[in-house]
Amino acid sequence: MSKDFSVHVEHVTRVEGHGNIILDVKNGRIEKLQWNVVEAPRFFEAMLRGQHYNELRPITSRICGICSIGHSLASLKATEDALGVKITKQTEMLRRLAIHAENMQSHILHIGYLVAPDLFGVGSVFPMVGTHTEAVLKIVKLHRLANEMSDLICGRTIHPIRMVVGGFSMHPTEKQLVQLKNRLLEAQELTKEIASLVQSVGDKLPAFTRETEYIGLTSDSEYALYDGKIASTDTGVHPAYRDYKEIMEEYFVPHSTAKYAKHARESYMVGALARFNLNSKQLHPDAQDVAHMFGLKPINYNPFMNTIAQLVEFTHSIQDSLSLIDSLLDQGIKQEKPIRPAVKAGRGVGLVEVPRGILVHDYTLNSKGYCTKANCIIPTNQNHANIQLDMEKLVPEIMNKSPKEIELTLEMLVRAYDPCISCSTHYLDVIFV
Amino acid sequence: MKQKPRVAVFDFADCEGCELEIADLEEEILDLISLVDIVSFREVMKEHSDTYDIAIVEGSIMRPMDEQRLRGIRSRAKILIALGACATMGGVNKIRNQWMPDEVKKDVYGDANLKGNELFDVFQTKAINEVVPVDYYIYGCPIDRDEFKSVITAIALGKKPEIPRYPVCVECKKNENICQFELGAFCLGPITRAGCKAICPTHNSPCEGCRGLIKKQEADCVKAVLERYKLSYEDIRRRCTMYNYGRKECSYDE
Repeated sequence: MSKDFSVHVEHVTRVEGHGNIILDVKNGRIEKLQWNVVEAPRFFEAMLRGQHYNELRPITSRICGICSIGHSLASLKATEDALGVKITKQTEMLRRLAIHAENMQSHILHIGYLVAPDLFGVGSVFPMVGTHTEAVLKIVKLHRLANEMSDLICGRTIHPIRMVVGGFSMHPTEKQLVQLKNRLLEAQELTKEIASLVQSVGDKLPAFTRETEYIGLTSDSEYALYDGKIASTDTGVHPAYRDYKEIMEEYFVPHSTAKYAKHARESYMVGALARFNLNSKQLHPDAQDVAHMFGLKPINYNPFMNTIAQLVEFTHSIQDSLSLIDSLLDQGIKQEKPIRPAVKAGRGVGLVEVPRGILVHDYTLNSKGYCTKANCIIPTNQNHANIQLDMEKLVPEIMNKSPKEIELTLEMLVRAYDPCISCSTHYLDVIFV
Repeated sequence: MKQKPRVAVFDFADCEGCELEIADLEEEILDLISLVDIVSFREVMKEHSDTYDIAIVEGSIMRPMDEQRLRGIRSRAKILIALGACATMGGVNKIRNQWMPDEVKKDVYGDANLKGNELFDVFQTKAINEVVPVDYYIYGCPIDRDEFKSVITAIALGKKPEIPRYPVCVECKKNENICQFELGAFCLGPITRAGCKAICPTHNSPCEGCRGLIKKQEADCVKAVLERYKLSYEDIRRRCTMYNYGRKECSYDE
């Protein structure tokens, strides 16, 4: 086959941040194929230098609008690790609720507003308001619930307010938690309906596979999100959390303001599919049912199934939130004041699973509690190399399609990763390869 | 019926949280669509048009390539609105301006050869109005959804949007909060522009000044607060480093 064509997508739409796809084909051969991250770098580590430990959380929250709760939690865990703060059981449970709220908010936004238009063959969710009114209203309802759950626990969804070092500045009332519980119970049925709707157009998800490594947190006691040890589908569990750099090896490429990462292979993937591949047995039975609906089993090597793994996790988060609320109501909400740390010099690392994968914050504080060094490893930058390698395998397999279809499939691939590009354009400690 | 104004949304260096606040309007976004046509909004739609009346611009300007793109947007728009702290005042992105660009670049990318690579050609962070004229400002980190709706509605109807010039304290008092100073915190509320419904102090957290500073004379109404804690406008202004780093002017809409 001999054909010449180019696919140049400047600023892929319906993703967070700015990335370009460049594909040049001559005589049926790929001359150039690149996933470029062109987002302006923001230099957060420079912003953190010299900041008091109480300021690290509000500043790093601003790394990302979508996952500001996740950044806040990784930041608090790193700060508390450095200062030796032990949080209360109640604080931990409220934080777990916060992470579920964010996961639900981010996942349903991705499934409903960013991916669904591709499955229904339209450019955005707006035309679907007319053609699939009921489905859109269900998605809106679930999205609103997740946002209002975040508002209740954190004071605000985007850039939370109540989460502070050592605890919460304010707590939800028991009455509010009961109301939340009732809404989550209602959401169970809605979620099933959304799963059936996605299933009805599930054949639009390309049946593409490429073997790769999956990395995420894992825990003996639960489906790990708030806490756990780093694990890989290739190399197993790595218990030393402060040595995360042994697993997440970042490197620089000149066509991207975001760094790339690798571990045992040329690339690895993080996010919902990675977590599913590592920990699926610990999912709530209802969530496992959703996985069965789509034939999703570990290890699944199809990156397009990341969206389905998000749907599975959404279901799990509803169920786990319900049991967390029950425990909180059983013991009663106490008006605890945040624990005030004894300030000392030290280094702390916080690991959290956020919607797009494993997130690391690593701070060094001086004896007065000011930050002297900071490092953040962002989920999306760990996925960039995997996206590139997926594209390199995918394009030859779909070369017989029209350039327009190839373009759409490549865009869908990028979207499947749910990249958060503004997040991923600022790091520290370059490792050269 | 008169044609609806065409609106396009663009973003530069930021967290896209303010755009997400727009998406989080949920079904209320449909009310806005009855007043305006959204013709470009990369974060949520694939369609794009270069013909628009109103450009809503989020984020700070970091590189010559961003300046060029922004000038193009300005030349096509009749009205340009800066959205959120990064666009209206530089936001947290200006914290790095205490160091030179070469220094922060070395911090992040080490000794990598970035010469001639336009992606990495950064200057000190600029707010939108340091590059092109801005017609309206929607403040906040993130923006307040209700304020966004009222500003866009006013502009679509050809009216001047009302943005408060009084301090956050006024809204905080209305919410019957205990003063953050009384609780031992240092709060920027007395000299920060209201409009956020005092959301941070209402959740028992001090104001960080994300909506920019009010003029000195506008802080007269909180004179009693300042006197009680032996503070002046200037004393508080010196603590405004998270959002107002290096800003000489008190506010942009004078």
